[in-house]
Amino acid sequence: MDPSAAKLIGAGLASIALVGAGIGIGTIFGNYLQGALRNPSAAPGQFANLLLGFALAEATGLFGLVVALIILFVF
Amino acid sequence: MSEAYAAEGGAHGAEGGLPNPMHQFEIKRLIDFELFGVDASFTNSALFMVIAACVITLFTVYAMRRRALVPSRMQSVAELSYEFVANMVRDNVGTDGMKYFPFVFTLFMFVLALNMLGMLPYSFTVTSHIIVTFALAAFVFLGVTLIGFFKHGVKFLKFFVPSGVPVVMLPLLVVIEVISYLTRPLSLSVRLFANMMAGHTMLKVFGAFVVALGVLGGIAPLAFMVAFTGLEILVAFLQAYVFAILTCIYLNDALHMHH
Repeated sequence: MDPSAAKLIGAGLASIALVGAGIGIGTIFGNYLQGALRNPSAAPGQFANLLLGFALAEATGLFGLVVALIILFVF
Repeated sequence: MSEAYAAEGGAHGAEGGLPNPMHQFEIKRLIDFELFGVDASFTNSALFMVIAACVITLFTVYAMRRRALVPSRMQSVAELSYEFVANMVRDNVGTDGMKYFPFVFTLFMFVLALNMLGMLPYSFTVTSHIIVTFALAAFVFLGVTLIGFFKHGVKFLKFFVPSGVPVVMLPLLVVIEVISYLTRPLSLSVRLFANMMAGHTMLKVFGAFVVALGVLGGIAPLAFMVAFTGLEILVAFLQAYVFAILTCIYLNDALHMHH
């Protein structure tokens, strides 16, 4: 195979990491809503944790993006 | 990375196709300057850092010049940002962490100003370069580790030994704890950098699609672009918030060592 083609395939494979980020973000917001609807008075207190969890889950997906960029532009 | 990439195609792709989405991250030297053989030129990145520092200083000094009991609009914005960060530090570190409040406030306002300046058209996003975010994160990491050692001495190493675990598991768990501690500056910097870079690249790519679709086909996509820009402003705020709150959490770990 042409090495540059392999590079592009590798970068594409690295972006599969976004699957995990999508599942994670969906789980966090879904569970937050579920909890917030059961006990709305406790919901505002957990908003900071919600944002934190969202950012942490999103970051893991973005690590995959960084790997893809490294494959594309560094090697 | 962006320099080499931009040199290949410039603002528009090599074949004159869609605009190169990476062109916006190019570092340009504005004033050539060399210090002891080190290239210390004043770049557009440095310019935007100076602008951010000036904006924050002018804003806080101007807003608080009257110090009225009943605040004006500007003063209440300044007080709001103060209270926001002060509550963040108080909730996550505790009252004895308030002596680190000036640092967290500076960090939050600086990252927020850089992110928000990056949202202006034709401006430059300083936080979309990993070296900038890594320098910030490495400073936080080193500072927090030093605080931990100064406060607890050698006992700070107990932070890496989880309590209530069988002794057999300890060698493995200590290694995992140390590795996870050492990846903190990496994850802190990559999170901010990747979010800003991915967001701006996405805006640029989608914006090019809108232009390519023309006046008639591009109206609905243009509305989506407005929504995406709103989302990016949210992300710009959120990432500054997350950077500051994670700094608070790391500070709390160093000061109180709950485990």
